[in-house]
Amino acid sequence: MDGPFVIAFRLIASGDPALMQIIGLSLRVTLTAVLIACAVGLPLGAALALARFAGRGAVIVVFNALMGLPPVVAGLIVYLMLSRSGPFGSLALLFTPTAMIIAQTLLILPIVISLTRSVVEDLWAEYREQLLSLGAGRLRAVPTLLWDGRVSLLTGVLAGFGRASAEVGAVLIVGGNIAGHTRTMTTAITLETARGQLGLAVALGIILLTLTLTLNAAAWGAGQWARGRLG
Amino acid sequence: MIHTRRIIPSAASGLALIAALPASAQEFITVASTTSTENSGLFGHILPMFQEETGIEVRVVSQGTGQALETGRRGDADVVCVHARAQEEAFVSDGYGVQRFNVMYNDFVIVGPNDDPAGLRDASDAASAMAAIAGAEASFASRGDDSGTHVAEMNLWTAAGVEPSGTWYLSTGSGMGATLNTAAQVPAYALTDRGTWLSFENRGDLEIVFEGDEVLFNTYGIILVNPERHSHVKAEQGQAFIDWIISDDGQAAISSFTVGGEQLFFPSAASQ
Repeated sequence: MDGPFVIAFRLIASGDPALMQIIGLSLRVTLTAVLIACAVGLPLGAALALARFAGRGAVIVVFNALMGLPPVVAGLIVYLMLSRSGPFGSLALLFTPTAMIIAQTLLILPIVISLTRSVVEDLWAEYREQLLSLGAGRLRAVPTLLWDGRVSLLTGVLAGFGRASAEVGAVLIVGGNIAGHTRTMTTAITLETARGQLGLAVALGIILLTLTLTLNAAAWGAGQWARGRLG
Repeated sequence: MIHTRRIIPSAASGLALIAALPASAQEFITVASTTSTENSGLFGHILPMFQEETGIEVRVVSQGTGQALETGRRGDADVVCVHARAQEEAFVSDGYGVQRFNVMYNDFVIVGPNDDPAGLRDASDAASAMAAIAGAEASFASRGDDSGTHVAEMNLWTAAGVEPSGTWYLSTGSGMGATLNTAAQVPAYALTDRGTWLSFENRGDLEIVFEGDEVLFNTYGIILVNPERHSHVKAEQGQAFIDWIISDDGQAAISSFTVGGEQLFFPSAASQ
């Protein structure tokens, strides 16, 4: 039997349409989840950094703890919500890519919120006087602080991407691993392992890792470029 | 100073991505079935034939029998196709399913280390084979997941008069493939359907050590989820699939599926 690297290389070289479809779906689901988590989590994290209200400490602790939410639990919650017998059953979203996006967004959101809060809190402590003297209120300062912290924030976003692209527990439950419809890289690896096709399973793992590596390299390059150009 | 416009476009493109997800333009039904049918490749073989004939896409969610029936009870599938007769009949009599049809059968085999420490090759029937494993306290890897295979295994222990427990009895709580991976490593005996075994590649030292007893026949039933309980069930298309799979065409499609030249599933719709 061929080694996993040979299988991986042959799979990519052949441009197997089923594989391309699986890779495409994995990227689409995870990147969409990352985008939504950023759209919600960046402003929310910054607001949490700057706002002062009763119970703020508790909220921070809860979001920090939710970074450790087991994917299978997130999947189960979304499953029960979206099931036909659940509160959102009429939307008919169970076993669709949209359900997978929702579950992964739940997994990434706490990471984006907590890291944003931490980054913005530090920047605010540093630039508070300056921003206030320029007449920027706390709310007006949010976009500036986010922009200033963009390189640190990128690390948080990448951590979120890594968590979502690597997890299998949530997408398996809410997506159902339906061939050609909701099968992702990680659920395909699970299936091939169950079939005892360990070589193929490892080959898919190599492809997934290569994709993650490429995306991280691109993000790092972008970060370096932004640092060099914008100081 | 204000850079909100840098954030808004990313949010907008995120929503655009969701909107771009394919709407269910095509007709499809969701079938909750078992890992044995999916892992062996049977559905991959017969479903394209059905789709070509009717234009209906069949989306298969493969789970253990217990989970597949729960998916049906919750209304998350239109059709269930599983193998645990008593549970299927309860599913229908409890009002979750319309009617149960015989589809096909395959058989279970007992696999084990090729040096066969419990001497299963000499066993006269399945019950005494199981009793021999317990008597020798030889390692046995069980699904332990309420699947059809697990239910069949528990019935065999009962027939053997054994209450399996102890360090030799490994309840993996996982699917057939994962259980076989465990059995290959220990090595341990395991009960498996022949289909999963034939298409399973990571066998290690395992071989079939017992087969052929009639009690090891494993009958699959197919049931339409009751539209009176879940009004969204695609009863017409679901019934079309059931009608096809028990028709001569569907039964011939099942017979024509082979792995390594061996037929895995045998039609049984004639005996309703």
